[in-house]
Amino acid sequence: MTSPMILFLILAGLSIVFSLLVVFQRNVVYSAMALVATLFLIAVLFLTLEAAMVGILQILVYAGAIMVLFLFVIMLLNPGLLEGRSIAWWILGSLAAVLLLFVLVPFLSDSGRLLPGQAPAGGSFGSPESLAQSLFTDFVLPFEIASVLLLVAIVGAVVLAKREV
Amino acid sequence: MIVDIGIIAAKALMVLSMVLNLAGVLGWIERKASALIQNRIGANRASIFGFAGLGLVNTLIADPIKFLTKEDFIPPKGDRLLHTLAPCLALFPALVAFAVIPFGDILVLADRTINLQVANLNVGILYIFSMASLSVYGIVIGAWASNNKFSLLGGVRGSAQMISYEIAMGLSVMGILMIYGTLELQEIARAQGNLLWGWLPAWGIFLQPVAFLLFFTAAVAETKRIPFDLPEAESEIVAGYHVEYSGGKFLMFFAGEFAEIVTAAGLITTLFFGGWQVPFLMRDGFHFPWVGNLFLPQLVVALLQVGAFTLKVLFFCWLQILLRWSLPRFRYDQVMRLGWKMLLPLALLNVMVTAVLIVAWQSAPLKP
Repeated sequence: MTSPMILFLILAGLSIVFSLLVVFQRNVVYSAMALVATLFLIAVLFLTLEAAMVGILQILVYAGAIMVLFLFVIMLLNPGLLEGRSIAWWILGSLAAVLLLFVLVPFLSDSGRLLPGQAPAGGSFGSPESLAQSLFTDFVLPFEIASVLLLVAIVGAVVLAKREV
Repeated sequence: MIVDIGIIAAKALMVLSMVLNLAGVLGWIERKASALIQNRIGANRASIFGFAGLGLVNTLIADPIKFLTKEDFIPPKGDRLLHTLAPCLALFPALVAFAVIPFGDILVLADRTINLQVANLNVGILYIFSMASLSVYGIVIGAWASNNKFSLLGGVRGSAQMISYEIAMGLSVMGILMIYGTLELQEIARAQGNLLWGWLPAWGIFLQPVAFLLFFTAAVAETKRIPFDLPEAESEIVAGYHVEYSGGKFLMFFAGEFAEIVTAAGLITTLFFGGWQVPFLMRDGFHFPWVGNLFLPQLVVALLQVGAFTLKVLFFCWLQILLRWSLPRFRYDQVMRLGWKMLLPLALLNVMVTAVLIVAWQSAPLKP
């Protein structure tokens, strides 16, 4: 076994453990912290794939900003332990998870092959320059639409907050 | 192969011990500086065999021993695991953030060219921002796990303050990144060796003075010290997020704060004051305009650069300590207003003006 493979297995195993903790923890703060750890581990996975930009942005945006807001809300509301679920809920949930797995497996096992008409990633793949190049040329319309969508969400939040006063 | 790994390990060890030791020395400087400012003598009691050494010896040796031998108190209704984890979460990002800051140009040793920087990431500055954003967790988790109302208030204040100032901090350096055209801190430091009109070093402070003021303010707010020490505000909420911490865990919060000061000073130096650049010092020696050249061996040049970097970092550490002991604390609404209504619009304006100027003069990027 090569050393990148060992590194991948350690990272993947840890992120599976932490993502299971997100679901199974009764304590909300523990769940949130396990999610932070999962996001951090996925960022490290990006780093091992030579995609430093995506990895660092993952930490900066998700682990560093969005999850802090989650914790902020959790601390303000301060909920107790979550109640346990019924057996029927567990059975239904497990069934749904297994079905999702069957849908995903064919895609994941095929991911080594390239789609027709696609070239393998070049040396500068994932660098800030190449990311900015594709964001502001090929994908500028979806990029701007996404920012308008976020603006709509912000305006909506402000309107909702104003109405209460 | 072994030598390469050894060089990287040596560089990492050097920078880590520099940050940690400087954090310890800053603890002493802070006491002596506050004493100087308030017309006191400061730490002068403890001595080893009658040697007090201006209080330096006892602050570096007696203080840690005292901290580490104190009782480690965990509130009975607090959360044991998270209460222990929080100081580690506060210290870790502060210690690793310095890894991408270059402390010299290159060192040629036995036909080997060593880049004087621990990690050469092509997203260098974003890495520092991401580590800074992770340092919120130490406060938030420590505050929540203490199960104390003062702690919780401090934690809520801290998370809101740090998220607010991160945005202003990130936007304020946009102008610098646009001028030098890279995210790599070593490249930014190298580009500042150029001369404007043949005599003025192209340091960030001359090209982006507004950005320097914005970034410095935001960086002080990120280190949670006066005038932005709302998360711990002794006179309002006792000690805020670390009110329930004692002994070694408190020492970790304390050391984390000083390590953040060192990192902030290193980043300010690298972005705005030329990093390791000595004015007119090139790779082969001094090139003074109008006067002449003075050629120096490579080792001397490298040592001069590392020395200049250290001096600049020490100066900005001192400036932050001076600020902490001369200014009063902001009110919380003033902190929020300053962050969102002054720093953020000014930073956006700075980005726009810089962009217009760059396009107008077509002079970017200023690469060597």
